[in-house]
Amino acid sequence: MTSHTLSKLIELAAKRFRIEPRTLQPEDDIFIKLEMNSFQALSLLSDLELAFDIEIPDYELQGVKTFQGLADVIDKRR
Amino acid sequence: MLDLSKWACLGETLLDLMSKYKDCMALFEVNRDREIGSWTYSQFFEEASRLAALVQDHGFASGDRCAILMSNQSKWLFSATGVFWAGGILVPLDYKLTPSEQLSLLKHSKASVLITEWPIWLYLRKENWDLDQVLVLVTEAPANAQLGRTIRWETSLKKPFQFFKRVREDVACIVYSSGTGGRPKGCMLTHGNYLYQAQVLGEMFPIQSKDRYFSILPTNHAIDFMCGFILPLHFGAAIVHQRTLRPEFLVSTMRRYGISHMALVPMLLKAFEKRTRENLESLPKLKQKLIQQLIALNAKLTKKTPKYQFSKILLKPIHQAFGGNLRLLFAGGAFVDPSTAEFFYRIGLPVVIGYGLTEAGTTLTVNDLRPFRADTVGKPLPGCKIELRDQNKSGVGEVWVNGPTMMKGYLDDPDLTKEVLVDGWLKTGDLGIFDPTGHLKLVGRAKNMIVTEGGKNIYPEDVESTFEDLQGSQEVCVFAANYIWPTGRLTDEQLLIVVRPNPGLAKEKLKSAILERNQKLADFKRLAAFMVWEREFPRTASLKIKRDLLAQEIAKSFQKETVLQTLS
Repeated sequence: MTSHTLSKLIELAAKRFRIEPRTLQPEDDIFIKLEMNSFQALSLLSDLELAFDIEIPDYELQGVKTFQGLADVIDKRR
Repeated sequence: MLDLSKWACLGETLLDLMSKYKDCMALFEVNRDREIGSWTYSQFFEEASRLAALVQDHGFASGDRCAILMSNQSKWLFSATGVFWAGGILVPLDYKLTPSEQLSLLKHSKASVLITEWPIWLYLRKENWDLDQVLVLVTEAPANAQLGRTIRWETSLKKPFQFFKRVREDVACIVYSSGTGGRPKGCMLTHGNYLYQAQVLGEMFPIQSKDRYFSILPTNHAIDFMCGFILPLHFGAAIVHQRTLRPEFLVSTMRRYGISHMALVPMLLKAFEKRTRENLESLPKLKQKLIQQLIALNAKLTKKTPKYQFSKILLKPIHQAFGGNLRLLFAGGAFVDPSTAEFFYRIGLPVVIGYGLTEAGTTLTVNDLRPFRADTVGKPLPGCKIELRDQNKSGVGEVWVNGPTMMKGYLDDPDLTKEVLVDGWLKTGDLGIFDPTGHLKLVGRAKNMIVTEGGKNIYPEDVESTFEDLQGSQEVCVFAANYIWPTGRLTDEQLLIVVRPNPGLAKEKLKSAILERNQKLADFKRLAAFMVWEREFPRTASLKIKRDLLAQEIAKSFQKETVLQTLS
């Protein structure tokens, strides 16, 4: 489940931030790699909710630093 | 006309307002597109008085301290009001800090009560701190939650509360301006500080009882505490809380509630600007051209002063995208990019730019919009005195301030208080210059710190502890890049780490070691760059790094572009 979530998540992040998906790794720091601020991270969360058909409260993003961490949050809500 | 002179403390004024506006709407709370609550002033009174009685029932006495650690929501306001009615001192904590940072500030504040939310409480509990001395009230806990000694915030109680009046000189809030990783700076702000600030701002920017204020910044933030709590209630206006900051729900809430006022940090302001520009660019070329002409006409006709109704009609499609009723934006917490403020003014949405420090209440200077100026932080507020000391030939000097909103001092730190408060004057550490019209322009910092676009003050010393014993390093020191190489601007501020590596260490290895530690920090505190410095750091007799000297040596030896290695 997680590997599917992870690859879909990376695909969506790459699309939103116009970046090559191959350059994104599970343990990459999402804020540094995507050069995003916390407000942009919330927009990404909206994309993920739509794609995975789940609802993720903003506070779930607290402490999440990597793509893997974000994938875990998604899986918890599915 | 707003007259707060008859009131001695925030509790007293809030109590009077509840009966004065009892049938008016006070609060709306929305989660995404669902309204999850609404309260009139008399219902607000019920909630806040129940909370006051609840803490008093557990031994909370006048003068005791209560910390609030909550996201942006109505219970923050009920809790704060209840604490003031019980004569307590409020300690607003930032819910975006890490749990260990929150707990270290909680401990430093000596709060006897903590009011928090269930998800935050779950994170805090994992830290295994001894909180036996603290009474914890938690909201929104699931029905089957194992609470132990923790009390549900929603607990009903039939007992009445006992009102305790404070005087203007009493401390109302202890607000932490920094110190999460080092020396905590708990600013003690008095009831008098807040009442004076509310009086002055209320006179300059009066709100009407039909107005709706959109609270999207957390209320622990000084701007939202004043603009999204104290001020709207004084005018009998309603406050709207949105539990998410997703852009799509912000806009839908603005439409649904006819939001008239809101406060933003520059990061959010820029996000709104980007969205608006993208919307305009997506229009057919001819329509784009027409709207640009209307924007130019609006800018021309509102040059001297804003004309809200006129702009609203002239630029209706743009205003509709902000809900159709937005009149005023308050921006602060960090330096506002003049081009962004200019953009909003041109489309008929004035941005009130001010300058303030936690140590000095909410605001020291503000742009009164007569006329709008995007390039300054405005003129000093009535009663606020500003001096520029140690001026250079161009007139740039360090900003010192004095007035009725100065804090009493830092909690339990008289030495640090003496360093910044001298004969009643506060040394801000910011560099500024006055223009001929009396507007203050900020041009840099004399202190080693940054303010993020999200309005967070970050002191390098607080971040440095994360990089102690960095693998492959002999010494490390964290700086604000602007402190070493001043740019004269207060935007795009970044932190960098200077490392004296072990001999022969490859830069890539050093970079990965820094990146690994960087991940442990909250996102807004992370370093943006690093540089290698081969010489030993200058130190004092007690072995503290002489930061100013090291910064000077680096600046003398290198140009920023040639040495900085990005951490992205």
